[in-house]
Amino acid sequence: MPDVTETQLPGVGVRHEFETSAGERVAILAHRGGRREVLVYDASDPDRCTTVLHLSSDDTRTLAEMLGASQVSQALSAVEQQVEGLAIDWVTVAQGSRMAGETIGSSNLRAHTGASIVALVRDKETIAAPGPEHELVPGDVAVAVGTPDGLQEFRDLLSA
Amino acid sequence: MTTVPLLAATSPSAAIAFVEIGVVVLGLSVLARFAGRLGITAIPFYLLAGLAVGEGGLAPLDLSEEFISLTAEIGVLLLLLTLGLEYSADELRAGLRTGAASGSIDAVLNFTPGFVAGLLLGWDITTAALLGGVTWISSSGVVSKVLHDLDRFGNRETPVVLNLLVLEDLAMALYLPVLGAVIAGTAVIATLVNIGVALAVVAFILAMALRWGHVLSRLLAPASDEALLLSIFGMTLLVGGIAQQVEVSSAIGAFLVGLALSGPVQLRASPLVHPLRDLFAATFFFFFSFQLQPGAVFGALLPAGVLAVVAIVTKVATGWLLASHVGTRARLRAGTTLVARGEFSIVIASLGAAGAFATDLQGLAAAFVLLTAIVGPLMAKYVDRLSLAERGTAPAAA
Repeated sequence: MPDVTETQLPGVGVRHEFETSAGERVAILAHRGGRREVLVYDASDPDRCTTVLHLSSDDTRTLAEMLGASQVSQALSAVEQQVEGLAIDWVTVAQGSRMAGETIGSSNLRAHTGASIVALVRDKETIAAPGPEHELVPGDVAVAVGTPDGLQEFRDLLSA
Repeated sequence: MTTVPLLAATSPSAAIAFVEIGVVVLGLSVLARFAGRLGITAIPFYLLAGLAVGEGGLAPLDLSEEFISLTAEIGVLLLLLTLGLEYSADELRAGLRTGAASGSIDAVLNFTPGFVAGLLLGWDITTAALLGGVTWISSSGVVSKVLHDLDRFGNRETPVVLNLLVLEDLAMALYLPVLGAVIAGTAVIATLVNIGVALAVVAFILAMALRWGHVLSRLLAPASDEALLLSIFGMTLLVGGIAQQVEVSSAIGAFLVGLALSGPVQLRASPLVHPLRDLFAATFFFFFSFQLQPGAVFGALLPAGVLAVVAIVTKVATGWLLASHVGTRARLRAGTTLVARGEFSIVIASLGAAGAFATDLQGLAAAFVLLTAIVGPLMAKYVDRLSLAERGTAPAAA
């Protein structure tokens, strides 16, 4: 993956910029209100954008879908934005984890860490809102929501 | 038994006031459309409209000044409130940490022309310092409009421009109360005490806003749009009024309220407050020149022209110096984008209303803003073409 540089624009938003394999400089400017601009820099004056594409939040989703980004992550990032102080993480159940083989209920993960499993991804199949009877099989990816600290404990428990 | 009118909206005097204000605001709306079509800011047109219907103008109107002057003062508060809303506490902290050098270059290069011009015109030091403020601060309204209209938010020189706007706002947070204290003070000692009190109050509120702003924002977060608008408007007037009582400018109080709001509340507040700001601020610009004699403005065109040329050169130089990491054309773009002066120059000039040279200052400031606010966006727009023509390269197809 190419290097992405981030630039803060006070009062406006944040700009992420990278160079494509064809050598063009491309940037995405995320305005604070959710609007985006897709920018392509001028080859003769690399400080200036020749093409500017203005996207509303809806347009951004459509474009992202056409480019192949996962809708799951889109929806989850929307949740993340709404609930301040909460974070979301994807954690793979490790081979040697003591949680491997436990069900979600018997693992008591939620009681220990405060983080809840909102989805399980197993062999590219997603189980949304899995019940307590679901088993944690090594290789499963658990999508968990919790406080940043809770998620850290959660990761530790699933990895060892 | 006398009957007290419960609702003044039915009284004959209110009827006259409504007609007057309606005519004025409709006139301003036509000007705003016209300016929008030309692609420049409406501020110069509001100023000209005020002159045209003011005393000694083309068609003098006898307006109920009390009402309009209050509206205009609220306009200043809302201008500063939206400015404070523009930036998050983090952005201001970053500005404070990294911007001392750039801020000083900007201050020295752009305060000096106005200050020296004021002294050359034989004004007192306070009025000259106000003129220094007039030439110093770029119009963040015009600058962001230029960046938006020309699609330059993504350009590499733009962060420099935006950072400088943050710094100028922070500089205003010191400059306005200090000047306010100097204007209010009579004896040297009393003035020094005033300045000390003003700076202490600003530092205190600024620290509170940066540290505890998120608490206030969290308190306001569950409010409906209506309740949010009312609480922000109320707080702005309240803090502005208290700040004015302790001889800190009310504008700074409003600015600090804007700063204190952060996160989702800040995002929601901006679109709520902006229409209100546009309405009241238009009244402010109109009323500012309404009170001036057209002679005071047009008579000042020559000195204002000379001052504008100098101040344009110093602002372009500022942009050029600060945008040192980008190419020549981008450096010129940064400089020309910053040329326009506008709302804050007028706010600063209106501070000196009580001074001996108040009319001269305000006339000169109005003429100066008229010139730079029109020339600045045009320079920003055409600088690319000029520098392309110099090199003999054809402009890239957009």
